[in-house]
Amino acid sequence: MIRYAMVIDTQLCIGCGDCVVACKTENKLPAGLNRDWVVEATRGRYPDLTTEFRSERCNHCSHATCVHACPTGASHLWKDTNIVLVEASKCTGCKACIAACPYDARLIMSPDGYVDKCTFCHHRVETGQDPACVSSCPTHCMHFGVLNDPNSAVSRLLATRQQKVLLEETGNQPNVYYLT
Amino acid sequence: MLEEVLVTVRANPHIDPVLTVWTWEIPAYLFMGGLTAGIMLFASLMVLRGKEEDFPFVARKLPLWAPIALSVGMLFLFLDLSHKAYVWRFYTAFQPASPMSWGSWILLLVYPVSILLAACTLREGYPWLGRLVDRFRAGTAIIDFACRHRAAVAQWGVVLAVFLGFYTGILLSAFSARPFWNTGFLAPLFLISGMSAAAAVVLLGTRNEYERQTFTRIDIVLITVKIALIALLLVNLATGSRVQIEASQMVFGGDFAIPFWVFFVIPGLMVPLVLEYLELKGQRRAWMMISPVLALYGGYMLRHLTVDLGQTSSYVSYVNTFDPALLELLR
Repeated sequence: MIRYAMVIDTQLCIGCGDCVVACKTENKLPAGLNRDWVVEATRGRYPDLTTEFRSERCNHCSHATCVHACPTGASHLWKDTNIVLVEASKCTGCKACIAACPYDARLIMSPDGYVDKCTFCHHRVETGQDPACVSSCPTHCMHFGVLNDPNSAVSRLLATRQQKVLLEETGNQPNVYYLT
Repeated sequence: MLEEVLVTVRANPHIDPVLTVWTWEIPAYLFMGGLTAGIMLFASLMVLRGKEEDFPFVARKLPLWAPIALSVGMLFLFLDLSHKAYVWRFYTAFQPASPMSWGSWILLLVYPVSILLAACTLREGYPWLGRLVDRFRAGTAIIDFACRHRAAVAQWGVVLAVFLGFYTGILLSAFSARPFWNTGFLAPLFLISGMSAAAAVVLLGTRNEYERQTFTRIDIVLITVKIALIALLLVNLATGSRVQIEASQMVFGGDFAIPFWVFFVIPGLMVPLVLEYLELKGQRRAWMMISPVLALYGGYMLRHLTVDLGQTSSYVSYVNTFDPALLELLR
């Protein structure tokens, strides 16, 4: 299985939200719906505070509970990769996958009613491009690539920098990493 | 201190600020599923134990309500779907890791068995309906087939009823992402609750004193077990991981405390338990219709609160500063 990963450098992210705009534009999302979002996490006690910006989205987990929960196979893995997609023509809108996602990364497409989510822009990945959010980042804090290749940019970053993933305790094995 | 604020807009309907993808339809579906399981279990056990004469309502009239409750439940499930035109997709795949997929196929087995269980009792339980069905050759054939294989149908009825009752709980407990649901106690709790609902239907429908007395006793045991399972569920959560501890605390304080204790535990569990005990002692007979109605109400509230609590309990707790109402001001 080809394992795609996104690596986001929280030391460089300024929380501008360009990734969010790029996603909405690239994927023509209706008003009011978002596949990605930015979190500002403040830790500590005034005046000793640290702030971290995180661009978040579906983690395209290696153990994708949403795919397991889907009763129809609408939620599936794209080709032989970890990229989780939803096939609208198989989705009944039962919303089991939404309940199964600990990141609340899924949404109900309006007005159609099928479930939608981040696709890692697989239509761009297919042609060798980065996802729209990665391409548009003005601080170049986002990186995308294949984890199976030890020489890829994402593998090198993870080999040389401190990192974390979100909600590791869920056992979902997420594939969006944050450099700290 | 850790504060996580969403700095870009995220107001996906039914996801933000808290998950509300399932409203009344899923609790109602789970309630009807549990009721069906309870009805099938009691009706099948009567056949297998040969107690049809002692329990005329359960043996002759109750079985018909299983396919009816199941149909109403499936209607509620259908109403919940947000992409309704594709409902048939449930039956073009079997996903072994998905409890909902197991459930949809189990329902497909439960349907014919519940109909066969009811068919053999039609002529005695509902003579007018029996005569109506007998007008059609296929109807007569089904009734005759059901009566010839009554024991086998009842055996299947017991097995499928337990599967169905457990499934209504496992459907929720399998979601590890929702801490309040992620406990093995939901499956037996929902099965017992379904049986209690079926016992309440018997108490509402029977005119036989022995049947009423016996099912009052049965319901007292079931409600007591239900209370014990709810207590164990809360202990299980309160001694779990951080998110599970937070989930258990929702019923002891905050928005869910009053609905849980004042609108569920007291009127849905405690009051029917006391009333049924008094009825058994021969007191307050005029109130005997109130306790089964409250027991049914408690059965629904259990599922409604469980579904709501599960959706509210979460691994993420972002502060969402976006107010969709502000957007309206710009229009």
